[in-house]
Amino acid sequence: MPPISPVLEVVPVNATCLELRLAGAWTVAAPLPAPDRVLQALRENSAIRSLHFDCHALASWDSLLLTFVVKVLDACEERGILADQSGLPKGLQGMLALAHAVPERQDAFRPLEPAGFAAMIGRHILNGIEDGRRLVEFVGEATLAFGRLLLGRARFRGADLLRLLQECGPNALPIISLISVLVGMILAFIGAVQLRVFGAQIFIADLVGLGMAREMGATMAAILMAGRTGAAFAAELGSMQVNDEIDAMKTSGFPPMEFLVLPRILALFMMTPFLCLYADILGIFGGALAAAGMFDVSFAEYYIQIENRLRLVDFEVGIGKSAVFGILVAIAGCMRGLQCGRSSTAVGFATTSAVVTGIVFIVVSDAVMTLIVTTLNLYQK
Amino acid sequence: MRTAHIEVSGLTMAYGEYVVMRSLNFAVRRGEIFIIMGGSGSGKSTLLRHLIGLQAPAAGTVYFDGHDFWRASDAERGRLLRRMGILYQSGALWSSMTLAENIALPLSAHTQLTPKEIAELTSLKLALVGLAGFENYYPSEISGGMQKRAALARAMALDPEILLFDEPSAGLDPVSARRLDELILHLRDSLGSTVVIITHDLASILSIGTDSIFLDTETKSIIARGPPRELLKTSDQPRVQDFLTRGQVLASTSSSRSSARRRL
Ligand SMILES: Nc1ncnc2c1ncn2[C@@H]1O[C@H](COP(=O)(O)OP(=O)(O)OP(=O)(O)O)[C@@H](O)[C@H]1O
Ligand SMILES: [Mg+2]
Repeated sequence: MPPISPVLEVVPVNATCLELRLAGAWTVAAPLPAPDRVLQALRENSAIRSLHFDCHALASWDSLLLTFVVKVLDACEERGILADQSGLPKGLQGMLALAHAVPERQDAFRPLEPAGFAAMIGRHILNGIEDGRRLVEFVGEATLAFGRLLLGRARFRGADLLRLLQECGPNALPIISLISVLVGMILAFIGAVQLRVFGAQIFIADLVGLGMAREMGATMAAILMAGRTGAAFAAELGSMQVNDEIDAMKTSGFPPMEFLVLPRILALFMMTPFLCLYADILGIFGGALAAAGMFDVSFAEYYIQIENRLRLVDFEVGIGKSAVFGILVAIAGCMRGLQCGRSSTAVGFATTSAVVTGIVFIVVSDAVMTLIVTTLNLYQK
Repeated sequence: MRTAHIEVSGLTMAYGEYVVMRSLNFAVRRGEIFIIMGGSGSGKSTLLRHLIGLQAPAAGTVYFDGHDFWRASDAERGRLLRRMGILYQSGALWSSMTLAENIALPLSAHTQLTPKEIAELTSLKLALVGLAGFENYYPSEISGGMQKRAALARAMALDPEILLFDEPSAGLDPVSARRLDELILHLRDSLGSTVVIITHDLASILSIGTDSIFLDTETKSIIARGPPRELLKTSDQPRVQDFLTRGQVLASTSSSRSSARRRL
C-alpha cells in the first residue's frame, strides 16, 4: 500500500479556539508539513485561547509526529494557550508524558565552542602549546621510568617484551625488504641518468652505498616503523584506555609508564638498528640489480667499488640515527595512545596522530643529527 | 582520630566547570557492605574514581584508616591501593592476557608466592566466580557477564581489605547475581573485608546491604543514608522511595510532574 501523504488542516472552530486536523501517514517516509502554519495562525490570531487536535483520519505515525506536537505544545505554552491533548493518539500521549518525566538538567547544557576564524586560530595555538607541554611531561616521566629500570626498580612482563621484539623486528622484515630494494634501485636510476653521460656508471655504487648507509636505510626503516608499529602502539594503548584497562593497571600498582611504555621503547630501540642494517644491505643489493641489469656494471665491479668506498663509519652513523628514530617513534606512538580519549573516534585520531608525530620527529631529529655529524666532520676522519 | 575504614570528607567532584556532586560526607565502617545508590548519571562511578585515586577531587578528600589519601605520597598511595580490590563498570580485563594471567599478574607482582601456588590460587578464584576451566581464554572470547565475573575474580586476587565494585551484577543472570551476593557475604565474613558496592540491583541492595547512601542529581548531594531496608520503610524522600520500589511511587505522582518542560 502506498503511504498516504500527511495532511494538516488548521481550522478555526470559533474566535478563541483552533482545531488541528491531522490526516494521512505522519512518518519518516514522507515530508511532513512544517509546524510553521500553526505557529503563524497562533501569531496572527492573538484572540485564540485554546487548541485541540483531531486525529480521526490519522493513518499512521512515528516520532516525527511527536516532534511536531512538541513544537506546537511549546508554542502554546509560551502564549498561555490551553492545549488539549486528548485528541491525540493514546500512544503518543504516553510518549509525551515520558519525554517530560525527567526534567532537562539545566547545568548539563553546554555551549558549543565558538566558531570563526580567529577563534579557530586561537584554539590551534592553545592546543599546540598544550601538546608541547604534554610531550615534555611524557618524555620526563619516561626518563624517570627508565632510570628506575636501570636501578632495577621498574618492572614489566618479560613475555610482553619478547612479543614486542618479535613484532618490531622479524615481523617487519618483509615490508622492509621490499621497500629497501626498491629505494636502492631508485637511487641507482637517479644517479645513472647523469653518470652515464660521463661514462662513469661505476659510481652508481658510491651513490647507492653512501646514500643507503648514511641516510636512506635509517630513514626508510624508521618511517616504515612509524606507520607500522607506532600506529599499532597508539591503537593498542588507546583501546586499553577506552576500556579502562589503563586505569586498572594504575590501581593495581602497575604504572603504565613502566609497564606499557618502557617495553615498547626498549623493543623499538633494540630492533630498529638491526632493521636499519638490513635495509642498508638490501638497498645496496637493489642498486646492484639496477646497475647490472641496465647500466653495464657487473656485480663484481659493483661489489669491489662498494668495498673500497664505504667505510664502517658510514654504517655507524646510519645505525646510530636509527636507534634514535626507534625511540622517537615509540614515544610518539605510546604518547598518543595514552593521551587517547574514551571513544572509538579518539582511537582513530590517536593512531593517525601517532604516525604523523612519528614522521615529524624522524625528519626533525634527522636534520639535527645530520647537522651535528657534518659539523663534527665524522665522515672525514 | 578517625576510626572509620573509609571516610569521605567534604568531597566535591567536578568535570571542569560541571559539578557532579557537592560536599559529600560519609563514612564506611569496617566489615560493612556499603551500597552507593543513585540514578543513572548521578556520579556513582565518578565517586569510585575519586576513592581510588584516578580523579582528583575539586575539594575535600578521602581517608582510609585515617590516612589522607589525597595528601599521601605516591608510594603510600600505592600501598593503600594494594589493599583494595576494584571491579570497574566495564570489567577492564587486560585484553592481551588470558583470564589466568589477568588474575596472576597482581599475585606475582605483589606477593612472594611460587608460580605453582599462583596457578592454584588463580584457578580457585576463577572457580569461585563460576569460571573454572576458563583459565586460558582471552577476555574477548567470553561473554559480557563472564567478563564481569572474571574481573571480579581479579579484584579478589589479593584478598583485599576493601572491595569496591561498580555494578557487579549488571549483565548477570538472576542466579549468578544471587551467587555473587553469597560470595560477597562470604568474603566479608571470612576476610573481614569492607565492601563498597555501586548497584541498581534491588534484590541484592535489600538482601545484603548493611548501610547505604543515595546520591541525588538535582540537589548534587546525599539525600538519604542508612541501612537500605530501613530506608525502604522510613525514608520520606520520594526519589529514594521511587528507587527502592522500582518507581511504584513515581507512577502515582507522575501527573504532578507532567508540567515539567523539556526541549526535544
Ligand atoms: N569524562 C567526562 N567528562 C565530562 N563529564 C562526565 C565525564 N564522565 C562522566 N561525566 C558526567 O558525570 C556524571 C556522572 O557520571 P557517572 O559515570 O559517574 O554516572 P553513574 O552514576 O556511574 O551512572 P551509571 O549508573 O549510568 O553508571 C554524568 O552526568 C556525566 O554527564
Ligand atoms: Mg557508572
